[in-house]
This record gives sequence, structure tokens and C-alpha cells, in this order.
Amino acid sequence: MTHHNTLPLKYIDEYRDARLVKELAGKIQRETRHPWTIMEICGGQTHSILKFRLEDLLPPEITLIHGPGCPVCVTPTEKIDRAIDLAGRHGVILASFGDMLRVPGSETDLLSAKAAGGDVRMVYSPLDVLKIAGDNPTRQVVFFGVGFETTAPANALAVIEARNRGLKNFFLLSSHVLVPPAIRTLLNEGGGRIHAFLAAGHVCTVMGYEEYIPIAATYRTPIVVTGFEPVDILQGILHAVRLLAKKEYRVHNAYARAVKKEGNPAAKALIREIFQVTDREWRGMGTIPMSGLELSPAWAEFDAEKAFEFRVKKKHGAGKCLAGEVLQGKILPAQCAEFGKTCTPEHPLGAPMVSSEGTCAAYFRYGKYQNNRS
Amino acid sequence: MPSCPVPISEYERVLLAHGGGGKLSARLFEKMIRPCLSNPWLDLSHDGAMIRLEGRRIAFSTDSYVIQPIIFPGGNIGELAVNGTVNDLACCGARPMYISLGLILEEGLEMEVLWKIICSVREAADRAGVKVVTGDTKVVDRGKADRIFINTSGIGIIGEETEVSPASCRPGDKILLSGKIAEHGIAIMSTRTGLEFDSPIVSDTAPLNHMVEKIMASGAGIRVMRDPTRGGVASALNEISRSCGYRFIIREKDIPVAGAVQGACEILGLDPLYIANEGKLLLIVDPGDEQKVLKIIRADPLGKEAACIGEVLDSRDKLVEMETVIGSTRIVDMISGEQLPRIC
Repeated sequence: MTHHNTLPLKYIDEYRDARLVKELAGKIQRETRHPWTIMEICGGQTHSILKFRLEDLLPPEITLIHGPGCPVCVTPTEKIDRAIDLAGRHGVILASFGDMLRVPGSETDLLSAKAAGGDVRMVYSPLDVLKIAGDNPTRQVVFFGVGFETTAPANALAVIEARNRGLKNFFLLSSHVLVPPAIRTLLNEGGGRIHAFLAAGHVCTVMGYEEYIPIAATYRTPIVVTGFEPVDILQGILHAVRLLAKKEYRVHNAYARAVKKEGNPAAKALIREIFQVTDREWRGMGTIPMSGLELSPAWAEFDAEKAFEFRVKKKHGAGKCLAGEVLQGKILPAQCAEFGKTCTPEHPLGAPMVSSEGTCAAYFRYGKYQNNRS
Repeated sequence: MPSCPVPISEYERVLLAHGGGGKLSARLFEKMIRPCLSNPWLDLSHDGAMIRLEGRRIAFSTDSYVIQPIIFPGGNIGELAVNGTVNDLACCGARPMYISLGLILEEGLEMEVLWKIICSVREAADRAGVKVVTGDTKVVDRGKADRIFINTSGIGIIGEETEVSPASCRPGDKILLSGKIAEHGIAIMSTRTGLEFDSPIVSDTAPLNHMVEKIMASGAGIRVMRDPTRGGVASALNEISRSCGYRFIIREKDIPVAGAVQGACEILGLDPLYIANEGKLLLIVDPGDEQKVLKIIRADPLGKEAACIGEVLDSRDKLVEMETVIGSTRIVDMISGEQLPRIC
């Protein structure tokens, strides 16, 4: 869009430059000599790919499949049911990010719980929740905090700050997940169907990419740390194609303006201080060992899982929703019989149709499905 | 009582998104309100009704304002309530004349705040050249409303030759926009999220009727006018496209957005195309009159940054597509839920 009377948006406009995009697309066209399947991990990248229709610029040999990098999408139903359970209780305020409120649990969602009388609040930062807790000392305030390594430092900070402020009524219902174990699972189960990964730039901004080096080597799968704008993504794909052609199974950092090999040491230290690594169930993918974060014993007083008794029972099966297959890149949304029919953003059957990082929402919103139909 | 036509299985209760101006709002109207109250005027589902009274053509419109916060950068709920109804009438091609003012006050609202809002109502009415000729005040218990809600209704006169309706759109028609988008929604959003900018983003709330009058007086071929409020430019274009049946194309690079607004949207993960405006005019015009209309709008203090952002295509599939800044083309769908609650 035109930015009137202002300077270009730094780090945005130059990465949406039509000339650069054309140049990169040309290079990818010329250098691709083999059919490659490349998975972008992050839902933010999926949305950029669909929003800018980047696949139209790629040669037919390249297939992009979309990964599980949508934190809202991989949050297990049982966890959402627990949040809904808490939201319905007298004396509890449940706060979360906007997307999370619309994701269906096994029976309903948090917005419906709100309409039914629950005190559910949408926040933009976990620190907002501390203010709510401070303002409502007689209520129990639960932050339903989901996310990958990107949101963990801010949630860790909120827990530390809660202790600093002496808050006894702040709790974290956490469903943090980690990217590298998910990549290993996809590669273990994939049977060679994924040839290269675009790693999520923001996750690597926090964590660095040292963890990815052994994965690339062990599974002989190049991993390119990639940003989110059209130029970033095409650069990521170009590097993946080049590494594949040269059979170089290593990590390349194509997002060097944000990512250092070691990541952000201060943020990593915060995560280590507050959380410990644990097994975690991923919606649609099952339990992945050592793939989640939970509050460590020293901070257990803030752990909603320990502070509350839950009345939800574990339910099995997601009905007709094929979110698991979509999240693992096994199918495209349009291959699901419910997509765009019984499952729409207004009436989602599964989380990928809800989240601003969800693959189904991206396909629905940006009209890709129209082409697949015709 | 007939049974409820909205499948109860879908939503048992009203959600905020039912008032968000997107697909759920549309469904509420289509499934419950329109079938129950159907008549030729309501069925057009325009922002205002165009009716004939004793031979005169009249536009009639109503709107309620529940914005939070009630005083925001660039305005307050009082002037918003006047401008909103004035703009709905203007977009019917009418000259707004008289409006009503319904106040619902929460017990405990500071008199000073109420006075400020009433003064703003007067100033906005003076600016638009309309009179507040009737009104009503109710007070509810503390906690039963959020300080103040306002309803305004208004009537205006439509010239005998005026014909604005989506049905008149033709392939090749130009889509014009009177200025930079998304300022109202982002101004509200930045107060709620505590975002601060070097130059603060302020609401664009303003009456469009004087600009519209000049456009109508020029005799230019105006097919449709809309003020793209809730749901933004994207939702307004989708509505028009559905009414007229044609596909539209817009060009991302031609859509005026302030740098700070674009920056805020990037930070908040919002798309400016779906963010509310309260003082922008979206028009579809005869291609032969494009330059004439742009010149009139740009001469108006509210329209300096007016631009042609796209056109009507010769394809009857009711889609809105956009050529992105990188040259690819994608669909711009109607918003489904609410991007931001209670912005107007």
C-alpha cells in the first residue's frame, strides 16, 4: 500500500519489493532441476505464502507443504476444555490471546463460555494479565498462555513479575511447545516425503539454530532459517533448493537480520529459569516426548494445572476434522471434505480454520481453495 | 411465534462477533431480521433506506454507538454518532436534514463527560448542517451499560434524478477512495493496547455530506457510495460486489495508508483493509467521470489523498480480488469474525 508523506516502513517495504521478488523467483525457476517438497514450519510463513500467492511464482517442481507452526492449532482439546472449565467458574477471570478464544474445545469455545456468563478477557500481553490480577485481588486470574519458544520468554517474565508484585491470584495455564522435537517427529514419520525445511525465523530469533544442526545432518535434510515477508520466503526457498542440489545437509541462516546462531541469551535464560521441558500432547499429532514447557517446581505456585482441580474428562477423536493431517502437511485443506462447507472461519471444526496462523484459515481467507476447485 | 430460523446448533447465544460487521453479523440479518421483517426497503440491506413520502424521496437511517473508550484520539462518541448517521444518509445520495439523539446513560457517568459529549454533538451537527430535532434519555443501573451508548437516526432529502444503487455498476467502472484508510480503528486499538507512535494516530471521524453534495452536483455518473466503517474497505467492497454481481479488482499499491497505521497493523497482526473508517468515502463511478470526481474530492479538505484503487471487471462471480504489492493476485474475502470489538 502507499505510505503517504512518510518514509517507507523499514524492514517491511524492502522485503515486499516487486523487483526483488521477480529476481528471486527467476533464480528459483532456473536453478530447480528436481522435484522438491519443502515444508515451512511456521503458520506466519504459511499466511504470507497464501497472502502474496508466492506459489504462483514457483516452478511446478517445487511443492510447498505447510507445517505445524501454529501454536493455537496444536493446543490439545483437553487443554482448551480445561480453560473453558475454569472460565465458567465463579470467581475466576480467564485471559488469553484473541485467536485462542475462538478455538473449539470438545464441546464449545471460550467466546461461547464468555457469552454464557464466564469472565473471559482478550489480552495483548501477559503483562496485561498481571494488571487484571492486581485490580481484582478477590478473584483468581488465569492466563491461558500458548505458543512456541517465541512467547515463552514473555510468559516467563509475567510469572517472575507476579512474584515480584506479590500476586497470589495469578496463574498460568501453559501449553508451550517446542519446534525441534516436532521436526524430528515429522521426519521420523515422514518416510522421506519432506526434502527441506524453512525454519521459523521468530523462534530462531529467541532460540538460535544450534539445535537444528544435528537434525539437518542426521536426517540429511537442509534447514533454512527463514523470515516472513515475500522476499524472505523466496530467499529461504532459493537457499533450500541450492543446498538440496549440492546435497549439503546443513542449516543456512537466511534471516540474519534477526537471527544469531546462539539466539537471544537473555530470553533463553528466562525460559530456563521458569520452565522445564516435558512431554506434550500436540493436537492432531499425539504426544511428542520432551516437546513442551511446563513451570518448574520452584514456580509451581503459579501453575494453574496444580492450583485447580479440573472436571474435564479426556475425550478422544476430533470427529470429522482432519486437523492432524493438515498440521503434519499430509493433506492440503481442500482435500478435507468439510473444508469450506461445514468448516468455515465462522463455524470452525478445528483450530487451523480459526487461527491467524492456521493453514485452513489461510487457504479459506486468501481464496486458494477457489483455484483448487476449478 | 415462529421457530427461530438461525440453526440453534450453530450458536446458542449472541457472540460479540454477531455485531462485528462481518459474516456473523450478515448471517444474523439474513437469517433472523430480514425474513421476519422483510419489505422491499429493508431487503436492500443498504446503510439507509430510500423511501418515498408524499411524493418526496427521503433517505432514512439509524445507527447505535457503543464505542469504548468513549473519548478517543481525534474525537468522542458524540461526534461519532452524528457523523455516522450523516454519512449513511449521504451515501444514499441524500442531503441529511434532521437527526434524533437517543442517550442511554450508565448511573454514575460524570456530568462533565456528558457535557463534553453533548457539546460535541452540537459541534458535529453544526459542521454537517443538520439539526437534532428530537431525542430521548434513559439511565440504567451502574454496570448495566458502559458509561454511555448513543443511538442516532436521521432523514435527508434525495434529489429526483439521483440514482445510486449497486445495480447500476458496469464493467470498467472505477473504484475510488477519498483518503487514507484504517485510521479510526487503529486509533481506538492503540489506546487499548497502549501502543504509542511518534505522531499519534487519530480517528478520521468527519461528516462526508458536503463532499458528497459537491460530487452529486457535478452530474458525474455515481453508481454507489459507501462509508466503509466496520469491516473496512474489504467488507464494503464485498457487499457491493455481491449486490451488483460483478468481480472487482483493487491494487494494493494504490490504496492509501499512513505509514504509522501500516506499522501498527504489522505489529498487531491486522489487515488495514478490514479496519474501520469513520470519515472516508468509497465510490464506484462511471469511468468517463473518474478524473472529474477525483478532482472534486481532492479539492475537499477531507479528500486530499483520494485515489483510484481499482475497477469493476467483466466477470459475474461476485469476488473482490487484489493485485498485491509484489504483483500477484489474491482474493479479498469478507471478514468473518470481528477484528476489533466495539470500535463504533
